[in-house]
Amino acid sequence: MEIKLKNLTKVFQSKKEEETVAVDNLDIVIPSGQLTGLLGPSGCGKSTTLYMISGLLRPTQGEIYFGDENVTPVPPEERGIGLVFQNYALYPHMTVRQNIMFPLENVKMDKQESLEKAQEIADLVGIGHLMNRKPKQLSGGQQQRVAIARALVKSPRVLLLDEPLSNLDARLRLQTREEIKRIQRDTGITTIFVTHDQEEAMSISDEIVVLREGVTQQVGRPQEVYNNPGNLFVAKFLGTPPINIFDGEVKDGRLMIGDADIAKKDIDDREVTIGIRPEGFKMVERSKFKAEVDLVETIGRDTTLIIKHPNDETQTFRAIVDADYGVEPGDTVKFNVKPHKMHIFDKETGEVL
Amino acid sequence: MLEDQSNVKAWFYLLPALILLGIFIFFPIFNAFFLVFVDEYNYMQGTYEGFTLINNFRYVVTDHNFRVAMTNTMLLTFVSVPVSVIIALLISVWLNAIKRLQGFFQTIFFLPYVTNAIAIGMAFAFMFHVRFGLINWFLGIFGISPINWVNTGASWGTAIFALLVYVTWLGLAFKIMVFLSGLQGIDKQYYDAARVDSASRSRVFRRITVPLLSPMIMYITVTSFIGAFKAYTEVIGMFGERLGPPGNDRAVITVVALVYRSLDRSGVPGALSEAAAASLILFGVTLVFTMVNMQVSKKRVHY
Ligand SMILES: Nc1ncnc2c1ncn2[C@@H]1O[C@H](COP(=O)(O)OP(=O)(O)OP(=O)(O)O)[C@@H](O)[C@H]1O
Ligand SMILES: [Mg+2]
Repeated sequence: MEIKLKNLTKVFQSKKEEETVAVDNLDIVIPSGQLTGLLGPSGCGKSTTLYMISGLLRPTQGEIYFGDENVTPVPPEERGIGLVFQNYALYPHMTVRQNIMFPLENVKMDKQESLEKAQEIADLVGIGHLMNRKPKQLSGGQQQRVAIARALVKSPRVLLLDEPLSNLDARLRLQTREEIKRIQRDTGITTIFVTHDQEEAMSISDEIVVLREGVTQQVGRPQEVYNNPGNLFVAKFLGTPPINIFDGEVKDGRLMIGDADIAKKDIDDREVTIGIRPEGFKMVERSKFKAEVDLVETIGRDTTLIIKHPNDETQTFRAIVDADYGVEPGDTVKFNVKPHKMHIFDKETGEVL
Repeated sequence: MLEDQSNVKAWFYLLPALILLGIFIFFPIFNAFFLVFVDEYNYMQGTYEGFTLINNFRYVVTDHNFRVAMTNTMLLTFVSVPVSVIIALLISVWLNAIKRLQGFFQTIFFLPYVTNAIAIGMAFAFMFHVRFGLINWFLGIFGISPINWVNTGASWGTAIFALLVYVTWLGLAFKIMVFLSGLQGIDKQYYDAARVDSASRSRVFRRITVPLLSPMIMYITVTSFIGAFKAYTEVIGMFGERLGPPGNDRAVITVVALVYRSLDRSGVPGALSEAAAASLILFGVTLVFTMVNMQVSKKRVHY
């Protein structure tokens, strides 16, 4: 089932008449049966958006549609959503089984049937053998799966996950996000996954929505957004290591960084901001785009060069190159830039040019 | 801590407390055990006529006043404690849910706790007054003729009822305060989760609020039971030294009140031993009951 957010706005009003616009005119469509990642830095309104979709928060303005149904006035208990909280909110006094069965008891499902259903879901998320434990006796990853099972057991129309992996260690996080992806694919439930970790969002989402200070920046398939960032913020936010930023200008149809001619660019002369992905550099014999290598990091097959920034000697930028160049710190390297790894933005607005 | 360090210092620090406890707590307890097993103890002369195992107990148990006192004490305990725990629970859940005027109501409900129990008892006695009382005035609205609750010639039934209302009410303040602080410690996310899980209000109360509050409920229940077994001030507050409505003296006497009355007769040989026997019986009942409570809590309380 498709979810449509129309001009969704949330303004928090504090006692001293202070207003925080947590979500600002959000206008997006979340495709049916897919996993959509809601991505943005801390405090950009991700949780607020999720809580509005769940009904726990009332929008200041705008509407929420589940399919064709306007659910804006519908209370959370009638929306048919499964919600996994940032810190799981498992009922500490109930066993895993009781936790998972709780939503079913509320809809007065037959005891035997709900027992079977709970077991089935628990097996699906891989905690079927832990049914008699209390949440305290589980690891973080197991608790997280109980929370997912509790959200899934009532066959919700929508599954909402609020940074469900943020409490897990790195290895478990990797493993669990695969699992979430698998469960989502198996169940085919429309899922919204909130995270501030771009790598996480990129790796499991079918589609990502990038938010900044409550405003949508870009929506699209992860690779598409990565390859064609709509503005400087999105370009900077996606990708590890992050994109390298250079001050440049367009002169007579040529794109320049300092006096190095990087590429052709058919726009009027102006100052621009240039973003080049670390993997977008190619070492060559002759080029005016050159700089001194500060450090060399070799990890596996990749060599990362940390290079003094041409705009500012105290700064550095990163280039990932093949390991077999044998570059030493202090060497001067010359580059060409792969055009599809380079993005040019307006210096003032940050919009892509 | 290193092994060879002696704890002389620790004992030294504890000494003042130990001396005071010894004089005012431990000695009286041992003395009570002594008194209960001697015959015809004379307080004035400190003499007694031999030892006895059960004479004092037998005397107390067959005493009419003791039976009345035990009945009243049990009734007070087993009615007022559960009722006030439940009412306090409902009030504190309600208080916790409202946003406006919460502080105001909190103060109102807490006032009885900082007010003298005797003074409140007198106020309650007046509220139950047959001619000028608020209760009869209120009942009058519904055409019910005045009931003689606590005044001259009032029966045991009406008197103990009035006392129950007062004791229940008196116990609310502290319970509400404890429950409220417990409720404020419960993570709001559990309630959000329960809403998303479509739990009705009453199910949220039964399945989430009560279990998460159960350590507090248990604590309050145990201490209230112990307190109620020792009820005395409340009876004095409402009925004065007569311990009952005028003309029906000692109708609502409690075990502790009985013990104090025995002390008044301490010149009479054996009176102190009776008092000791009565208090030991009460002690036994309290102990057994608290142990039962603890046992139940092991199964029912979620820490
Ligand atoms: N109840 C509230 N009252 C006032 N302001 C709030 C409230 N809840 C959130 N905000 C503000 O709204 C903005 C968005 O908050 P939100 O919790 O949605 O961020 P988030 O994107 O989920 O961040 P994080 O990644 O840290 O969880 C923040 O600036 C926050 O301070
Ligand atoms: Mg959040």
